[in-house]
Amino acid sequence: MNLARVVGEVVSTVKDQNLAGVTLLVLQPLAASGEDAGRTLVALDSVGAGVGEQVFFVRGREAAFPFYPAEPPADATIVGIVDHWDVE
Amino acid sequence: MILAKIVGTVVATRKDERLVSNKLLIARPVDPHGKAEGNYLVAVDTVDAGFGETVLIVSGSSARMASGMKDCPVDAAIVGIVDTVQVHETEP
Repeated sequence: MNLARVVGEVVSTVKDQNLAGVTLLVLQPLAASGEDAGRTLVALDSVGAGVGEQVFFVRGREAAFPFYPAEPPADATIVGIVDHWDVE
Repeated sequence: MILAKIVGTVVATRKDERLVSNKLLIARPVDPHGKAEGNYLVAVDTVDAGFGETVLIVSGSSARMASGMKDCPVDAAIVGIVDTVQVHETEP
């Protein structure tokens, strides 16, 4: 899983039927230092995150699991909102 | 998922039989502002996307969960046509 900051929202009317009603958010992955790290991506939201919040997200096939038994075509899903983190 | 813009089509007569009658498009990844970045990729279209449209592409094994792609040899599928992207560059 990765840390990220929510930077935007995607609106899509025509989409896979299993994505209906799912929020799509633009994420900027973060390094542990809090700096931007890597390219932005679009992730599904399973926890009610919003723009400006720090979150963590899961990549790959497992990104569909939070929506079980539905199987949306997801390769990245937000699974937690970060309150704070510490690194030594 | 990534945002990408459709920049072309692929025609292939000889291909895996599970790909027969699927539409293949060439897409260029873009950032949320629409600026092109990274390398071109070939994706299977499941939502009737067209040239010039911005789309959502799901990659990896998750692409097989797109509508009608079960057990197909795909690693990139177009699963949505993007209407708008709103970016709010607010620092936490």
